[in-house]
Amino acid sequence: MTQSVVVQVGQCGNQVGCRFWDLALREHAAVNKKGIYDEALSSFFRNVDTRSGNNGPDIYKGKICSLKARALLIDMEEGVVNEILQGPLKDVFDSKQLITDVSGSGNNWAVGHKIYGCQYRENIVEKLRKTAEHCDCLQCFFIIHSMGGGTGSGLGTFVLNLLEEEFPEVYRFVTSVYPSGEDDVITSPYNSVLAMKELNEHADCVLPIENESLLEIVNKIHQMINSGKLGSTVKQNSLVTSSAGSAKTLQEKPFDAMNNIVANLLLNLTSSARFEGSLNMDLNEISMNLVPFPRLHYLVSSLTPLYTLADVNVPSRRLDQMFSDAFSRDHQLIQADPKHSLYLACALLVRGNVQVSDLRRNIERLKPSLHFVSWNQEGWKTGLCSVPPVGHSHSLLALANNTCVKPTFIELKDRFMKLYKKKAHLHHYLQIDGMEQSCFSEAVSSLSDLIEEYNELDATKCGPRIDPSRLKIAI
Amino acid sequence: MSIVTVQLGQCGNQIGQEVFSALCSDIRGTHGLCSKKENGSYQDCCKERFFCEEESAVPVARAVLVDMEPKVISQTLSMAARSGHWKYSSQSHFCQKQGSGNNWANGYSVHGPRHKEAIMNLVQKEAEKCDRLGGFFTIMSMAGGTGSGLGAFVTQCLRDAFPTSFILNHVVWPYGTGEVIVQNYNSVLTLSHLYHSSDALLVHENDVIHKICAQLMNIKQISFRDVNQVIAHQLGSVFQPTHTAGGGSGYSRNPLGELMESLVPHPEFRMLGLRNIPQMPESSLPYSTFSWPGLIKHLRQMLIANAQMEEGIDWQVRPPSSIPSTNKPLHFNTSIANLVILRGKDVHGVDLGSFQDPSLYTSWLNPQDAFNAWKTPRAFNKYEKSAALVSNSQFLLKPLDSIVGKAWNMFASKAYLHQYAKFGIQEEDFLDCFTTLEQVISSYTNL
Repeated sequence: MTQSVVVQVGQCGNQVGCRFWDLALREHAAVNKKGIYDEALSSFFRNVDTRSGNNGPDIYKGKICSLKARALLIDMEEGVVNEILQGPLKDVFDSKQLITDVSGSGNNWAVGHKIYGCQYRENIVEKLRKTAEHCDCLQCFFIIHSMGGGTGSGLGTFVLNLLEEEFPEVYRFVTSVYPSGEDDVITSPYNSVLAMKELNEHADCVLPIENESLLEIVNKIHQMINSGKLGSTVKQNSLVTSSAGSAKTLQEKPFDAMNNIVANLLLNLTSSARFEGSLNMDLNEISMNLVPFPRLHYLVSSLTPLYTLADVNVPSRRLDQMFSDAFSRDHQLIQADPKHSLYLACALLVRGNVQVSDLRRNIERLKPSLHFVSWNQEGWKTGLCSVPPVGHSHSLLALANNTCVKPTFIELKDRFMKLYKKKAHLHHYLQIDGMEQSCFSEAVSSLSDLIEEYNELDATKCGPRIDPSRLKIAI
Repeated sequence: MSIVTVQLGQCGNQIGQEVFSALCSDIRGTHGLCSKKENGSYQDCCKERFFCEEESAVPVARAVLVDMEPKVISQTLSMAARSGHWKYSSQSHFCQKQGSGNNWANGYSVHGPRHKEAIMNLVQKEAEKCDRLGGFFTIMSMAGGTGSGLGAFVTQCLRDAFPTSFILNHVVWPYGTGEVIVQNYNSVLTLSHLYHSSDALLVHENDVIHKICAQLMNIKQISFRDVNQVIAHQLGSVFQPTHTAGGGSGYSRNPLGELMESLVPHPEFRMLGLRNIPQMPESSLPYSTFSWPGLIKHLRQMLIANAQMEEGIDWQVRPPSSIPSTNKPLHFNTSIANLVILRGKDVHGVDLGSFQDPSLYTSWLNPQDAFNAWKTPRAFNKYEKSAALVSNSQFLLKPLDSIVGKAWNMFASKAYLHQYAKFGIQEEDFLDCFTTLEQVISSYTNL
């Protein structure tokens, strides 16, 4: 069994991360009734003997003593991390896993990346080493951050670089929250494009998230519940947005519902690595199957169902609905419509009481309405995990390597160019040691190249399909 | 003579457990329909072949379990133990933590060499437990990373360490519509490598077994467990003891050797397909009656028309009328060699002449040599009469061609190649493998 470490950077990263740990505990508590520290738990948690204080040794088997998250919490302001440490999750984190400062990054990528990066480099490396040492077999780093700010974006991508240098064999999965058009941070396009270059070059897989999509999902659920159509028959703890049943009992903050969705995404992504199933899908398999060319590693994700009704008898029609929903526009976590773009590859991770025949039936049913690139007509990667998420009997996570990410990147580039042409706010960046005009031009060039790669693939969509001729053998 | 089974990867271990389970439940069953003496020898022979009687009362499977991550092996071990009727030795498994990530190159070039010693030690220990070693039976899928890549490497090691032993690779072909996106690459790499070190490849295709589950076994929500149990039944129908033709009295002492001798006369032709009839849900068995002529007729037509199961057979397909034939009719499945295995009541009087028809076979073998039959009056797994066909013919030509075609298509666009290059498999290596398989396809096409 392998372990993964979560590195949460910046305000957004830490808020999402916090929801992740909360829901992870809830998920394991639902499955692990006997309180034994098992392999599934060890993938994200250490079991520490705290009887002699927080520096106790790790316990590898037997009863759970004190669970500590395999995490690194980094923020250049103290507010968010302090709140976590005072909240119900305070015992899950170790003071040795925190790196904070007081003044923040001023929404400036350069401050996060160059100044704080330099300043905290050794500290970060040391703490990463420590967390890695506690792992028997470290497989993956999960970075959670936002792109539009200063810390998550700048320092977050600095850490990404660091991870590649110090732990080249360990996979780097990045969950990035992209800014929306109406983002109140004026310089978010600069921050995002500068960060994109780093993601292009150093991440194994990126899961882009857009707040607008999360908000739409939250609103949709509100509507469904309040319209009275479902009302009390919805199982509260099944809502993909809810914290019900978790440690958080205080009033939910506005972003909590949205952050829970992202937390659920990560839980579902790692479920097959943690729990058993008839067709396992480990994290290294996700990278292997979904990344046909090194730079095209942006995966559009969708989660279904968004909630379960308390009605236990789920006819298979509803099961099929779950598959259909995974491909619909309103379940995607970014503003994109994969159905009308080109698929390079698609992964379906199913949890719960679903068998291979259900999977096959739905793939057969949905295939005709999807466009796959000519050299990967049957580009499906599937996984079956027996353990469903809390409150559900089954669930589906779809990950698509699809050209529908292109509009998001094009828009980002456009917003960037609008500011850059007028050199607006540029001096805030250029005055930082290590920043030059070339950083900007290289970053936008990297983004343009990426967009061009997607364009080339899209161009093949409409053309006639000519299969290359096979090798001829002399008889 | 004993056979050592090597279970590789998730598929190999899941199927292996079902196979031993089926063998065990068959010998414990009371539906043998034969004399007590016959039943007694059957049980003894099966036990010697597949199980080791240690001090514990429960027979221990002669198996080595290998996987690069621990979840499946631990499940496999516990499921076996839970049955109460057999188990795996607690010392016979090897696992790591990270898995192979569906990457053949990772399984072959990294895990293989790294863990060769440990794995071969386990194999050596099992081999030494056998009074007489009859050969190795490996179970793997070719779509993933461990079964396929590490499996290919281990097969090579077996060949090097046991140059005179028989090696039969059971290979599971994935569903045509993706289980794994790079499955065609992994398949091409696996098949070409196995061709160089294995004696024969016995193939099961998931699509075919799935159809059997849906249409013959009437299973509504088919799980991998169902698929694996059908595969286990089919394998059991080949490997349970039988009397071979010239073997005198008593059960065959060298099943793998005899299989190879009957079916693999030429090293270029190693792909074996398997058919088994009848197949039906257990609940239907008491209401069905079978006749040998009927079963033989169906099995023969399944061979000629390349039918995957006993429903939907194309009866229009006929063997060509003149010998030697220059124009083989379309859809006709030409054979190199066939082996029919009959189990159950009144088996000795069965007429198998129709299988010796020279028009079924390619011209370069004597029809008498091209066909063999194994029989036993002892019924298998509650089927009063059952017949299995192991065929070295054009059965697998189309699926093989399809896999190579898709892999080539992907290769031409260079997709995913960087993932293999990371672990040392370069474009030239791929080209070699494609060449090997195009050669195999060409050979089978020109039968």
